[in-house]
Amino acid sequence: MKFRDEYRDPTAVQRLSEVIARTVTRPWTLMEVCGGQTHAILRYGLDALLPDDVSLVHGPGCPVCVTPVDYIDKAIEIALRPNVILASFGDMLRVPGTDGDLLTARSRGANVRVVYSPLDALALAKAAPDREVVFFAVGFETTAPANALAAWRARHDGVGNFSMLVSHVLVPPAMRAILDAPGNRIEGFLAAGHVCAVMGYEEYEPIAARYRVPIVVTGFEPVDILEGVLLCVRQLETGRAEVENQYSRSVRRAGNDAAQTMLREVFRIVPRDWRGIGEIPESGFGLAEAYRDFDAEQRFGAVQVAAEAAGPCIGGLVLRGERKPPECPAFGTACTPEHPLGVTMVSSEGACAAYYRYRRAAGGER
Amino acid sequence: MACPRPVAAPGGATETVQLAHGGGGRAMARLLDTIIRPGFADPELERRHDGAVLDIDGPVAFTTDSYVVRPLVFPGGDIGTLAVNGTVNDLAMCGARPLYLSAGFILEEGLPLAMLRRIVGSMRRCAAEAGVRLVTGDTQVVERGNADGMFVNTSGIGRVVAAAPIGPSSVRPGDAVILSGDIGRHGIAVMAAREDLGFEMPIESDCAPVAAPILALIEVGVAVRCLRDLTRGGLASAAVEIAETAGLAIALHESSIPVHDAVRAACELLGFDPLHVANEGRFVAFVAPEDAVRAVEILRLHEVAAAAAVIGEVRDGPSGIVSCRGPFGVDRAIDMLSGEQLPRIC
Amino acid sequence: MCLAIPGLVLSLSDDEPVLRTGRVDFGGVIKEINFAFAPEANVDDYVLVHVGFAIAVIDAAEAGRVFAHLREIGELLTDSGEP
Repeated sequence: MKFRDEYRDPTAVQRLSEVIARTVTRPWTLMEVCGGQTHAILRYGLDALLPDDVSLVHGPGCPVCVTPVDYIDKAIEIALRPNVILASFGDMLRVPGTDGDLLTARSRGANVRVVYSPLDALALAKAAPDREVVFFAVGFETTAPANALAAWRARHDGVGNFSMLVSHVLVPPAMRAILDAPGNRIEGFLAAGHVCAVMGYEEYEPIAARYRVPIVVTGFEPVDILEGVLLCVRQLETGRAEVENQYSRSVRRAGNDAAQTMLREVFRIVPRDWRGIGEIPESGFGLAEAYRDFDAEQRFGAVQVAAEAAGPCIGGLVLRGERKPPECPAFGTACTPEHPLGVTMVSSEGACAAYYRYRRAAGGER
Repeated sequence: MACPRPVAAPGGATETVQLAHGGGGRAMARLLDTIIRPGFADPELERRHDGAVLDIDGPVAFTTDSYVVRPLVFPGGDIGTLAVNGTVNDLAMCGARPLYLSAGFILEEGLPLAMLRRIVGSMRRCAAEAGVRLVTGDTQVVERGNADGMFVNTSGIGRVVAAAPIGPSSVRPGDAVILSGDIGRHGIAVMAAREDLGFEMPIESDCAPVAAPILALIEVGVAVRCLRDLTRGGLASAAVEIAETAGLAIALHESSIPVHDAVRAACELLGFDPLHVANEGRFVAFVAPEDAVRAVEILRLHEVAAAAAVIGEVRDGPSGIVSCRGPFGVDRAIDMLSGEQLPRIC
Repeated sequence: MCLAIPGLVLSLSDDEPVLRTGRVDFGGVIKEINFAFAPEANVDDYVLVHVGFAIAVIDAAEAGRVFAHLREIGELLTDSGEP
């Protein structure tokens, strides 16, 4: 496939790996923000192609990981009601709530349907006018426009039996929170390329300037990620702290205007709770006033987010990049994908699950 | 209480399965007489006895599997083709020539009889293609809502023809791992049909009998240590199960594992790893290293294994670990997943 | 975040921008995609698709830039005496 296969070329990867090794003169700690990037790094073993001096920390870029348990519980509660269909992206189905997940709720009688697109959920509502269809609208800015369009279409087409349980989060506030944290070790970022395809990267410029960190908008294929690392490390070695765009084939500085227009129409910025991090002000999307009728919290009761219970899970520290999964005493023993203690293990994008799946063999710990 | 006796529609018999069809009375006899027995057309069934009496000398392989699939009919097959080929293939994995099958049906009240006829027809065709006879069976009916249309169980008997025991305990370090063809077709075909994904794609299930190439290997004396057909859980699950049971390690080479372009594209769209996607007409064979080249040649003579290739080797350890060398020379661990892969957005 | 993949635009519907759809080829699988967020896309363009929506038109010239950079790097490596 064009624009995909050439970014997996082994010669190009090899070359980038060599140049990175030659560029680095001292240790640097970088964070890749997006779960999709984490997935690619571990699946292709890109971290093993980096010199020891470059440490890649996996950030909170997994909407699954950061969705508060109370939202999962709410989704389950809604799904268990008679005559309700809860439609969700597949990612959410195995995220543990307080008492089971959406998948186990299905075995208790909940009507849970996996959808590929939010418009599929809307179509479900149109096809079943005697049911309530609730769409679990999670994700970062990449997914927000699609979810917004579903709400817009619902209003435009007058689909009264459709609503959305919204738990959208935004990347820049999370990055600020990480940089503000006292234990922060992150010196440079690979910003989430698909988030930036939608939002552009202007909003990262003040962050780079304020915190003096290079931020490189990076894609998801092996060549992209390694080039992103190279650009970031070059900035660090030369004392620069700018926003650079590695993923220029898909990302423009101003982003996607049509998408942003829809976001402004349907959503407003709200505070959001991040699992493992806590509440970050102005860090998420909620439905705008004109769309409140389509808010599942309006129809089924608001979500009360409680403080997180203590336990052996250090998922929060992993999400913030302060620990790596193998540093957790429960990793691979008490906590495995079979019996996860926290979200970073249950989500296939979670750093812990990704480590467990890809790094267990041949002692490849990094 | 409603009278369960079906009322014949004007002009003919009822069109759907009724509870009475499982009742052991006239309705059930009619179902067996008009659909099941003629559908399978085996003389043993015509004897109308409680069981089939067969004459087999020598070691016998015996296997059973139950089949549950939604939708019942999908591109490249249906629950009937799965049920026959799946059990035929399990017998082949034991190094046996498949001979006889039984078929047990659990039918959901309301299942259209036309669907039942179709499935029975598929099973007969598959059985004929695979060279097996369907000689005994059973039919039950459950209330609406308690079966996805129908569930099928098939059990199978075969005559073991392999000289040496075939199984994980026979696997040794150095053995070659051979894969019979490209992976991921069945899982993608069924998921696309079930979830109404709107994929236009040429992918059909790879459901097919694989006994012929296996028997060919055994007949020429290739040292076959272990066989495993790839079903749910894909190549990954098969490899992990064998590595764990054998207490050895398996090292795979990703670039050797064939994946059809359309399967790869579908996997990219859904966020799936082809290694974990279900198959129905594919197997792995562990053979002595000195026989690997010959084994691949023999397999490739059969259409169902035309893309057979060596994809890895067995190592001493670490015990139970399956690793896969990626395109950049880095190994990753391959494990079984906790459940079915679900389409993801992240 | 996440999972977005490139595809070739085969055809586009005539609808107004917010309702426009198109058939996109992902290298063996064709699927109908929503083009509300890619009003500038044309047939034969490549688009980046996420959850059934085109979220960007891929810029071929920019795509090539990565490989120009790599060629530079390649020369760097050769200049320092590597084979």
